[in-house]
Amino acid sequence: MDIDKDILVLMLERMWLIRNFELKVMEVHSAGEFAAAAHPYIGEEAVAVGSCLALKDTDYIAGNHRSHGHPIAKGGDINRAMAELYGKVDGYCKGKGGSMHLADFSIGILGESGIVGSSVPVATGAGLASKIGGDDFVSMVFFGDGASNQGACHESMNLASVWNLPVIFLCENNQFAVTTSFKDTVAVDHVSDRAAAYNMPGVLVDGQDCIAMYEATVQAVERARKGDGPTLIEGLTYRYEEHSLGLGRVRRGEYRSQEDIDEWKKRDPIHIHQERLISQGILTTEECKKIEDDTMKRCQDAVEFARNSEFPKPEEVFEDMWANPIPLP
Amino acid sequence: MTQTVFIEAINHATKEEMRKDSNVFIMGEDITLSVYGATQDLLSEFGDKRVLDTPLSENGFVGAAVGASLVGKRPLVETVSSFMWVAMDQFISQAAKMRYMFGGQAKLPVTFRVSMLYGSGAAAHHSDRNYPMFMNMPGMKIIVPSTPADAKGLLKTAIRDDDPCIIFEDGNLYGTRGEVPDGDEHLVPFGVANTLKSGTDVTIVAIAGGVIHSLAAAKELESQGISAEVIDPRTLVPLDKKTILDSVEKTGRLVVVDPAHKVCSAASEISSIVAQEGFWSLQAPIQKVAAEQVHIPYSQALEKLIYPDKDKIIAAVNNTLES
Repeated sequence: MDIDKDILVLMLERMWLIRNFELKVMEVHSAGEFAAAAHPYIGEEAVAVGSCLALKDTDYIAGNHRSHGHPIAKGGDINRAMAELYGKVDGYCKGKGGSMHLADFSIGILGESGIVGSSVPVATGAGLASKIGGDDFVSMVFFGDGASNQGACHESMNLASVWNLPVIFLCENNQFAVTTSFKDTVAVDHVSDRAAAYNMPGVLVDGQDCIAMYEATVQAVERARKGDGPTLIEGLTYRYEEHSLGLGRVRRGEYRSQEDIDEWKKRDPIHIHQERLISQGILTTEECKKIEDDTMKRCQDAVEFARNSEFPKPEEVFEDMWANPIPLP
Repeated sequence: MTQTVFIEAINHATKEEMRKDSNVFIMGEDITLSVYGATQDLLSEFGDKRVLDTPLSENGFVGAAVGASLVGKRPLVETVSSFMWVAMDQFISQAAKMRYMFGGQAKLPVTFRVSMLYGSGAAAHHSDRNYPMFMNMPGMKIIVPSTPADAKGLLKTAIRDDDPCIIFEDGNLYGTRGEVPDGDEHLVPFGVANTLKSGTDVTIVAIAGGVIHSLAAAKELESQGISAEVIDPRTLVPLDKKTILDSVEKTGRLVVVDPAHKVCSAASEISSIVAQEGFWSLQAPIQKVAAEQVHIPYSQALEKLIYPDKDKIIAAVNNTLES
């Protein structure tokens, strides 16, 4: 597939933006600037970036608990994302959602779900609306290997298939549901094998390669826009960090070995793409470094933005409950 | 005004709103052939893009309705109260919470119509009157019509409302008749109770199917010289506290009739509001007449013992008068 040079460079930039965003989050979290749970996406950047760049702004995405990367990949505002993590009024959800509920409806980011698998039916419904309305909007939902065992996931894939909906089920198989290996919980070799049960294509992709993710998603988008129905894509990837910040009690060696982690890090998604761009003469080493540094600067600015934003006022606790408000009981 | 059967009133409201707004569509189990009667002739008029039979995947299709509402559709979902349990994650984690969680970005104009099919030997798995559990969770408007006119007017208001609405339809009322205003703009506002009978001695607040029994009890009490006021709140979220409190101020006595299980019921909430905000009006302890705190037994010999009925309501009224 011939991919526009601007997109290839944007892939690198967005992956660095996610990586550096997460590094900043870990830094300020460990400094105690906010205490709530947050789930770093480091190591999985190519999955979100490759797939989201195959979408238009008018297409929808829905995410899960490990979802800082998805809105950033779709072009979300890192200042508002960071402010949300700080619980400030300039955050995407005015401080009401936090790390697991980033949303930007203006660019099709329909929000994330802290309940594993729970956003899959919702994204399926966005695809249903698109079909009923005769739009060509595609709906893509990110979920993990753990979520692939949820009934909601299976019900949604069946619904999307029998109704022929423009939905892309994007499984980010990062190998572990917290500490439990997918090999112990998924009855088939690959999550993508499950597509057969729902009569849709199941595509297994190297999730460390953003171009592979992009190409697989472009095909799924084409299929969806033509009215040919849903696709299940499984991106094989790896979570470098622990399940969640603040889960210090989970010791690494108990469920995965250092060798395993090191092996995966040799196939770092940013490194793979950067080396490719350099070898193809699209970017120089210096230009790559500049992208790394610039995105880090933008993430530092996002931290400053979040620090300077106000906390919500007490009366705001009662706001945003209803579109057509009713009195409080 | 036209004499209309309850279930027909629902059908008429659905058709009118689907004609009015092409974003309204309906889905549910066995709706194209209208197994329960409310979706009669929808398929022939609106086609299979807007009238969808779903697989038996309540969590999946409730969530799909939520998702469709997020992006501008106005889904209407038909299901059964007891099947809500398998869809609880989508009702609670998504429908109820999304708007607040996303800082007001989300608008969810989705309406769920759920049948409560109790009282005729359906046993424990098909007899749920579960609206109090949904009252406990902020974020959903809870509607409990008791007349054909309200069934129609409240459904139309719900479909036009921009928040998730759940209409708990009492299956025992489906065959009842009543006058329904003519025309396609009969809308009943949320949060406005209906005083079905005026009285001076005791206030009976009755919910859903409890209304018919309460009116029968009031009629019998009238012949005994006791004047009961019967109020139907019509919506539990929002709840018209003022009409109830004003009535209790007049009568000094309150009986709350609720077909749901009595613990943490709608009756519990209404009793607590009156105890807190209307205490000095009360001349006697509040009486709750609600379902016994056991499961619904199959045998008619046992099931009839569970729910509020005319005799239990009369006994409760007499209790308030003896105090």
